[in-house]
Amino acid sequence: MDAHEFTTALLTPDAAPPEGLTDPAGRPAGRRFDVYRNNVTASLADALETGFPVLVKLLGQATFRQLALIHLRAHPPTSRALSQYGAEMPGFLDGFAPLAAYPYLADIARLELGIRRSYHAADAAPLTPEGRDPEALMALSPRLAPATVLLSSAHPVLSIWRYNTEPGAPKPQAGAEAVMITRPQFDPAPHLLPQGGLELARALDGTTTLGAALEATLAAAPRADIAALMTLFLGSAALTLSERP
Amino acid sequence: MYDTGPRTLPHAAGIGYKAPHFADLRADPGPVKWLEIHAENYMGDGGRPLAQLRALSEHFPISVHGVGLSIGGETALDADHIARLKHLCDWLNPASFSEHLAWSTHGGAYFNDLLPLPYTDETLARVVTHIDQVQDALGRRLLLENPSTYLAFEETTMQEVDFLAEIARRSGCGLLLDVNNVFVSAVNQQTDPVSYIDAFPLDAVGEIHLGGHDEDEDEHGAPLLIDAHGSEVVDPVWSLYAHTIARGGPKPTLIEWDNNVPDFATLRAEAARADAHLVPA
Repeated sequence: MDAHEFTTALLTPDAAPPEGLTDPAGRPAGRRFDVYRNNVTASLADALETGFPVLVKLLGQATFRQLALIHLRAHPPTSRALSQYGAEMPGFLDGFAPLAAYPYLADIARLELGIRRSYHAADAAPLTPEGRDPEALMALSPRLAPATVLLSSAHPVLSIWRYNTEPGAPKPQAGAEAVMITRPQFDPAPHLLPQGGLELARALDGTTTLGAALEATLAAAPRADIAALMTLFLGSAALTLSERP
Repeated sequence: MYDTGPRTLPHAAGIGYKAPHFADLRADPGPVKWLEIHAENYMGDGGRPLAQLRALSEHFPISVHGVGLSIGGETALDADHIARLKHLCDWLNPASFSEHLAWSTHGGAYFNDLLPLPYTDETLARVVTHIDQVQDALGRRLLLENPSTYLAFEETTMQEVDFLAEIARRSGCGLLLDVNNVFVSAVNQQTDPVSYIDAFPLDAVGEIHLGGHDEDEDEHGAPLLIDAHGSEVVDPVWSLYAHTIARGGPKPTLIEWDNNVPDFATLRAEAARADAHLVPA
């Protein structure tokens, strides 16, 4: 058996099965080979469907399925943990001419990948303001929790995501959006980052104090609402004091 | 030869764990005495999957069942994947670790299916080398599962039963006997499933799998069964299971239902049916 020939035939629709594969009567394997081909393509397309529910909703299931088949033949998984499968989807969509009229799709894929990454990220005790005096809090040097994921988009990526996942969410308006995904316990939640939010998140590297990071944020974004940023970062489990493993 | 840890699978019924059944299992597991997980679903760093697994492992012996090691592959095993398996097994200390007589990777790509291999001296030697490597890395005995097959290889020179028995003899691994796979393969290869069980080295079997299959046919009208794990175990497979237990004695027995996952009551009923074969009358 030649594994290269076998796997090439698996990913090539309608290709004849490799030589040397038979049914019990010694005839060419025919449809029997298709069982493996169907298992591979259907299970990988299913994995992409599970991983990108909002893309499925935006494109419709039939169109997404076609896209998934093209994608999985171009980019079969490289990891056996399928929870990671689809990392190439945003880049694939960016270069996929038939969907060029929908340039926000790639960032929706990035957001969905970020939510998955957050879901499987390491646990860490969140930094909360409870029981801490404000001055002592400012002297701490937290870092982003492992489950905190940032995304900056030229499109209203979170508004589109919400419009397709939350009943009654308002219609998206054109405009760039920055998003921070956090995981208070087990369920990731995306938040819209207000002005200065990305700057603050990027400044909190585990060595800078919270006070210094806020000063740097104000220097970069003078209209940032510091109180609102603190409420968001400390109320959503975005930060931790625990060491990197 | 290898430390199997302080926990072993009971000679009772278990089920493949699915997240929707977490609360049911905590409340009233009924005849379900152990759980099996797919290793690859627990390779993240944290979050709900690992938290649920930790909680369940306090109440149930766990069997870690790998689906992505590609033991039958032509190329060397993936060192990163072995390291992830070791990390999971060291953390969980499962009652059992099993994998498949199959391959699923080539050229850096993973195909997410249990692909077939010809049974020859060459593939036998390769599988044994790979199993040695895994057992050494994990410090555990591996159970190797017989596959469902849909086609045959012209280059095959050995019967599957002899191939598996020789792997177990040379590597010291145990075997996982999937009775549904025996039935599926026998129908697809037009051989006799009872003869297969009678020739199987049941002393080496550490676990039995039961599951459902789909029915199709090939382009010549011959029956073609597909191992789908999406329905109840059919009566001929229960009969074959009864024959297996009568010949080899009770074994830890898993109800495998991975697709179109039913409610817990349905799984419990299947587990109870297996359990009835395992409890002395």
